[in-house]
Amino acid sequence: MIDKTKELERWAQLLRYDVVRMISNAGSGHPGGCLSAADIITCLYFKEMNIRPEEPDWPDRDRFILSKGHACPVLYAALARRGVFPVKKLKTLRKAGSFLQGHPEIHTSGIDMTSGCLGQGLSVGAGMAVAAKIDRKFYRTYVMLGCGEMNEGQVWESVMCASHFKLDNLLAIVDYNRLQFDGSVDEVLSPGSMVKRWKGFNWNVIEIDGHNINEILPAFEKARNTKEVPTVIIANTIKGKGVSFMENDYLWHSLMDRDKLAEKCKQMKKDMENADSFYAKRLW
Amino acid sequence: MYKLGDSIPTRNAYGDTLVELGRKNDQIVVFEADIGKSTRSAIFGKEFPERYFNIGVAEQNEMAIAAGAASCGKIVFVSTYAVFASMRACEQVRTFVAYPHVNVKICVSHGGITPANDGVTHQATEDLGIMRTIPGMTVIMPADAVSTRELVIAATQWDGPIYLRLTRDGVPVIYNEETSFKIGKGILLREGKDITIIAIGDMVSKALDARDILSKQGILAEVIDMHTIKPLDESIILDSVRKTGGVVTVEDHQVECGLGSAVSEFLGENYPIPIQRIGLRNTFAESGEYELLLKKYKMSVDDIISGCFKVVGRKKKKR
Repeated sequence: MIDKTKELERWAQLLRYDVVRMISNAGSGHPGGCLSAADIITCLYFKEMNIRPEEPDWPDRDRFILSKGHACPVLYAALARRGVFPVKKLKTLRKAGSFLQGHPEIHTSGIDMTSGCLGQGLSVGAGMAVAAKIDRKFYRTYVMLGCGEMNEGQVWESVMCASHFKLDNLLAIVDYNRLQFDGSVDEVLSPGSMVKRWKGFNWNVIEIDGHNINEILPAFEKARNTKEVPTVIIANTIKGKGVSFMENDYLWHSLMDRDKLAEKCKQMKKDMENADSFYAKRLW
Repeated sequence: MYKLGDSIPTRNAYGDTLVELGRKNDQIVVFEADIGKSTRSAIFGKEFPERYFNIGVAEQNEMAIAAGAASCGKIVFVSTYAVFASMRACEQVRTFVAYPHVNVKICVSHGGITPANDGVTHQATEDLGIMRTIPGMTVIMPADAVSTRELVIAATQWDGPIYLRLTRDGVPVIYNEETSFKIGKGILLREGKDITIIAIGDMVSKALDARDILSKQGILAEVIDMHTIKPLDESIILDSVRKTGGVVTVEDHQVECGLGSAVSEFLGENYPIPIQRIGLRNTFAESGEYELLLKKYKMSVDDIISGCFKVVGRKKKKR
């Protein structure tokens, strides 16, 4: 029997393949930020979050908001792989008539809120956390932020607000890959110490390697056990993680070279098929 | 509760109604942006502190939080001033409230130039137009305290987002409590045959005053309170203009994109007739007393009257 970590790593690898396949198929999209988020999204959807794939609108489900909505292919892949909708739908990404819009949209099964206009997801998450508190319900709200979007002032409005209202049922996760659209976060608008910033607003701060499942899962657990204050996980990640030519290259924030990605996709498929029967029966 | 002729700011009626609703419906939640004493939402907060959240001076956050709570089944009221809800938090309204079509009721004070002496920063004169352009939004401005109460109650039963604009200063009560109001259905206040005056919000009582004077001068004007400009009550307009053949619209707003535009667009496509729009014309107003500002910016009773004469004249030329 394989252990939980190994199993999650396989799902993460499969999501990476899905992302590469979807974006090369669509001809546009944002691969870099999908790949940096893949391990965290996997841990959320395959372990941490309490959801019912067969009943995506279950009122007591945990909520997830992908504030960095441009990374939605990895979220769509996770939803498909959990059985919320068929995997074959992934090839419709960004096509007219598809429910897999270029950025997440609330009417898509499994998507809890529209997002993609940056800097606003944590506010929405705070609203969900407030609603849970009023109703004395136990669902939790998870929000993943990109580090680029933290340039937006509204992020800090919501950060203040969540600690003021003691939203311990809210977890923020920063996908800290240190690259944004036009370059590194230090070049564009230096963030200073990310940890100190959040601490200054009285959040419980946990810093981890965002690609290490053995750090991600314990961080989720610590967050769940922290009362009276919200928790943020600063996840140090690598943009483009898992595709060598994309790693740490800000130009791969968006699809830079469709042919190169399509080529990579074929290569990945071949490698994964040979590596493990787990993949062989799931690749498309 | 409200006596005919009394001058009552519609924000007061909003606060009173919120409390009334709060007692009946525990799904109602109110978010405020640190002006609860002014928007009157604080009255709700005093009675229902567990369902009242002062978000601070942060309207963008407030609007998105409201959307989040509404997505979890709450009926959410957002209180702030019209300028901030419609402009500071415009994208949040569009993308998180309107696009997901959640039950957020944006009820905002200081509509038009009713915050008169506060000056331009606090006078929202573009908001109706901005909100009207957003798909799926419902846009309302009640004329007095009675209709405010009725329309705020109706808002809680309405599926989807609403933008409802209130006045800072007092406006006369023109309705008795037996009048029934439906979102999207205008009210025929006075019958007439020579011209139709379609007004909204604080300008409805001005339209009624204009009608009284006009009738002494031989012009019988029909007066419609178009409290909802989106969805627009097209049938009440058609029924009226088929009789009168001319329209004057009156709004405390820029003449672009608001009531005048909505009516012109509809008539232009369906029943072209002479029309005159009363409202601000490509200008900001300024600090000053409300009635004086109406005069200075050509939105007074006299201006409505001269607008009516213009249209009646154009009708004759047409013949």
